Amino acid sequence: MKSFITQLNKAFESRIRLGIMSMLMVNDTVDFLTLKEMLDASDGNIASHISALEKAGYLAVEKKFIGKKTNTSYSVTPEGRRAFNEHLNALEQLLKR
Amino acid sequence: MNQEKDYLQDLTDIRSMMERSTRFISLSGLSGVFVGIVALTGAGIAHWKVKQFFYEVDTSYVDQSYSSDYNNLFINLTIIALSVLIIALLGGWYFTARKAKKQGQKIWTKASRQLLTNLFIPLVAGGVFCIAMYYHRLVGLIAPGMLIFYGLALVNSSKYTLNDIRYLGLLEITLGLIALFFYGYGLYFWVIGFGVLHILYGISMYYKYDRKK
Repeated sequence: MKSFITQLNKAFESRIRLGIMSMLMVNDTVDFLTLKEMLDASDGNIASHISALEKAGYLAVEKKFIGKKTNTSYSVTPEGRRAFNEHLNALEQLLKR
Repeated sequence: MNQEKDYLQDLTDIRSMMERSTRFISLSGLSGVFVGIVALTGAGIAHWKVKQFFYEVDTSYVDQSYSSDYNNLFINLTIIALSVLIIALLGGWYFTARKAKKQGQKIWTKASRQLLTNLFIPLVAGGVFCIAMYYHRLVGLIAPGMLIFYGLALVNSSKYTLNDIRYLGLLEITLGLIALFFYGYGLYFWVIGFGVLHILYGISMYYKYDRKK
């Protein structure tokens, strides 16, 4: 049983991070505003979780200009996809026990 | 044990986040019922117009395809069809927007945009197809054509909304294909597909999703 717990990824421990990753898994790209609306959290809160996921190499950031406004969108990296799937499998195993 | 509950909660959150960010789930059953009623009303008026036409105009001695009365009838029928489409879209949008508001969800999301785009691609193609059939005087194939293309549109857009829509689409396609072989009975199939099926589906979806919450 302990082995499953160690498989849980620390990077995904918060609700917000789980939410961000879930959305990125099923959408090609997601922009900041959508993340904010769906997760119902503050800008700063989401930004800090995003940068943590980016540092871990799980998430890629793309900045575009639409007119004069910046539009930042995020996508999941192959490594992030793999890590998230492993995390999901570990969760599943824990519950199946 | 508390921890186990947390993991379960995590999985539930993940699932709902994945679904909410790709699917537009605020589709209201009442929209379906409304669309169905509008379709039935439209079909009733169309039926009455056609009957009136055959009653008033002596069609026995002219090539009816080219008489101006015949063209008038079709202009009338086109106006009825377009009005039905517009009223149905507006009403359908109203009930769905109302439900989205109640659930605290946005109606204009990436998922709803994708839903509409994928709905309208086959729908516009079908519209042009039906106009071409009218142009070639294949009037009896218009109703089956509408049913088939509408069904394809529903199946195509169902990945971005509730799964029930997929089955509604398959039913519409089946009905349209059957109608192809019953030339001249198009309006009856149209009434079943656009009127009856919408109302039945609307009611069942209303009880399945709307009433619970």
